[in-house]
Amino acid sequence: MATEILMPALSPTMEEGTLAKWLVKEGDTVSSGDILAEIETDKATMEFEAVDEGIVGKILIEEGTEGVKVNTPIAVLVEEGESADDIEVSSAPKEEAKSAEPEEKPAAEAPKSKPADTSPDWPEGTEMKEQTVREALRDAMAEEMRRDGDVYLMGEEVAEYQGAYKISQGLLDEFGPKRVIDTPITEHGFAGVAVGAAFGGLKPIVEFMTFNFAMQAMDQIINSAAKTLYMSGGQMGAPMVFRGPNGAAARVAAQHSQDYAAWFMQIPGLKVAMPYSASDYKGLMKTAIRDANPVIFLENEILYGRTFEVPDIDDYTVPFGKARIWREGDDVTIVSFGIGMQYALEAADKLAEDGINAEVLDLRTLRPMDTDAIIRSVKKTNRCVTVEEGWPQGSVGSYISSVIMQEAFDYLDAPVINCTGKDVPMPYAANLEKLALVTTDEVIEAVHKVTYR
Amino acid sequence: MAARRTTKKSEVSPEEMLSYYRDMLLIRRFEEKAGQLYGMGLIGGFCHLYIGQEAVVVGLEAAAEEGDKRITSYRDHGHMLACGMDPKGVMAELTGREGGYSKGKGGSMHMFSKEKNFYGGHGIVGAQVPLGAGLAFADRYKENGRVTFTYFGDGAANQGQVYESFNMAALWKLPVIFVIENNQYAMGTAQKRSTSTDEIHKRGEPFGIPGEMVDGMDVLAVKEAGERAVAHCRKGDGPYILEIKTYRYRGHSMSDPAKYRTREEVQKMREERDPIEQVRAKLLSGKSITEDKLKEIDKEIKEIVNASAEFAKESPEPAVEELWTDIYATEIPQEVN
Repeated sequence: MATEILMPALSPTMEEGTLAKWLVKEGDTVSSGDILAEIETDKATMEFEAVDEGIVGKILIEEGTEGVKVNTPIAVLVEEGESADDIEVSSAPKEEAKSAEPEEKPAAEAPKSKPADTSPDWPEGTEMKEQTVREALRDAMAEEMRRDGDVYLMGEEVAEYQGAYKISQGLLDEFGPKRVIDTPITEHGFAGVAVGAAFGGLKPIVEFMTFNFAMQAMDQIINSAAKTLYMSGGQMGAPMVFRGPNGAAARVAAQHSQDYAAWFMQIPGLKVAMPYSASDYKGLMKTAIRDANPVIFLENEILYGRTFEVPDIDDYTVPFGKARIWREGDDVTIVSFGIGMQYALEAADKLAEDGINAEVLDLRTLRPMDTDAIIRSVKKTNRCVTVEEGWPQGSVGSYISSVIMQEAFDYLDAPVINCTGKDVPMPYAANLEKLALVTTDEVIEAVHKVTYR
Repeated sequence: MAARRTTKKSEVSPEEMLSYYRDMLLIRRFEEKAGQLYGMGLIGGFCHLYIGQEAVVVGLEAAAEEGDKRITSYRDHGHMLACGMDPKGVMAELTGREGGYSKGKGGSMHMFSKEKNFYGGHGIVGAQVPLGAGLAFADRYKENGRVTFTYFGDGAANQGQVYESFNMAALWKLPVIFVIENNQYAMGTAQKRSTSTDEIHKRGEPFGIPGEMVDGMDVLAVKEAGERAVAHCRKGDGPYILEIKTYRYRGHSMSDPAKYRTREEVQKMREERDPIEQVRAKLLSGKSITEDKLKEIDKEIKEIVNASAEFAKESPEPAVEELWTDIYATEIPQEVN
């Protein structure tokens, strides 16, 4: 049976090309792998090989022809005893490739989020205990490791040193070296090993000594951990936690003082938590470890030693995507997360002295983000200030501003102001460092601006 | 090709030889068909064909046991067929259709099968190497006696994360076989222009990882080396490196002008070293297999491949709702093994 040889697409973008040269003539016998012609694409001149065997019955497009559309028949291959003259060929490109074209259907809408959950985190009258963020994190990991033998911790200095920031204190003693593993200083490598272990059925907790070092591992976090579930059509993913201190500590300068909230928040497939209080560190860490997806857990070195009240409840968890209202108010909404909450709450206290009642929202998780809570509050206060330590361009605050514009534009009485870190690498000098960070005074000033008083 | 053979060839029955022939031929014909569908515009983007390298995966699969894992780069069609994944599902993924292994969302470079312990299909050069070490980490953690075949090319062998993985694999005695598929060209850059050594397998020595060079055009040599590596790993002695010298007949991807090597070099390899022809000749030189029997197999393979192409053309494009699925998992799937 005769087969048409079609003008091939030789690159992902090729639509047409020049048939530069025929290397066979009519009557030649060809077999699979023989070069038939040279074809010039937009990129290069390529050799075009035969896939089938047969005799070149007829050449339909002369060499030197330019603008030959992909899938146009350029020659006919016949079997012995056949004549090319009996075959009808069209000069138009074959329709077959059309089915590969995207159809003009409207994109399906993103699924809507569930109705807002505004319930309190713990029942009224619950007994509370005082705990540092450091202790809360440690307890959360220990509880989950007791609960599930597939959960393990790996990272630099997590075992014998008891954690560079003493977060994993005592875990080696309780769980042994099989489950609390000191890694070499090799972030790219051990992040990849942990993602592979998650594919293989374990639930790793990866500690980065700081998230500044996680930049070495970015490819494994994003390309391997976040995207595999989608790329595999749901067959396998990476249930795991990447955790460690994020943002500025004190006097460690540019390479050790960056807030990655906005970076990670952008990635579909990742979940991102950035808690402020010890109870949220505990409850969200337990949720993160149980989650079936890769979770980025952004901690803060300055908060590690801070003491908060933590509910004394067995198995205390906090759901993702649920903001916490720390303070109710009618005059302005202040939205923050992580250490930014410290400035937000301080500002709210001082503003109250001036008779301005701020509502303070702690997002707690940035992906999923409880935008419903923000919108609900802004509809009440009509004004909004966001607070974060990261840089202004492409910040978490700029995303929140766009959401408010789209969903509550008519409710706004003033433009949203984003209080952020300054648009500079972190300086070392004490005075300059102070200037580079967001401050309580800046938050207060922003509130005065949006409230016009 | 300096293949080092330390043991004599193990006995292989004609039936086994025939199955290697069949498996290699399936890959060859499948890839030829994929190239054809690409030319017709039915496959888009990047498409890296495995033609010429068939003996590598077929030889190593012959050394693997049920439950062992494999992971590779983007030149992955051969690995999937060799580990028993359905050609229809693979081809339909290439055409981006609902019936593909990833429902059309992964494409040529990103395909997976939990059922067959095939962990991808990874598009970033070298990224699969720590992932493979991690799979082995999970196996060691669970003490299940499995090994992981972690494939990468001579090009990827220059990535830093490969040596980070060597270090951890050796340190923690992970049951991982690092398989360097040395097809001698990293995209268009010949090994001698990119790599400081012509014996990449020796790069494991400073880490204490044994390695050997294997003739990758000889399926039996690959199988035997694979058996040595598997035995080493299963015994709990840690990782093993196999540098398998092979050759890719086609371009790096589809739009490869192949100006970095001569036509004659490719032709010579095809004529003198072809892995399928070698087995074919061996089979025919024995008494038990006739030319007719091989023709029958050729025909059967052609039918399988044609059926996969038909399926890949007819399977519908994924439903638009698929855009929004599989971004987050709601629960962790339970391990079966």
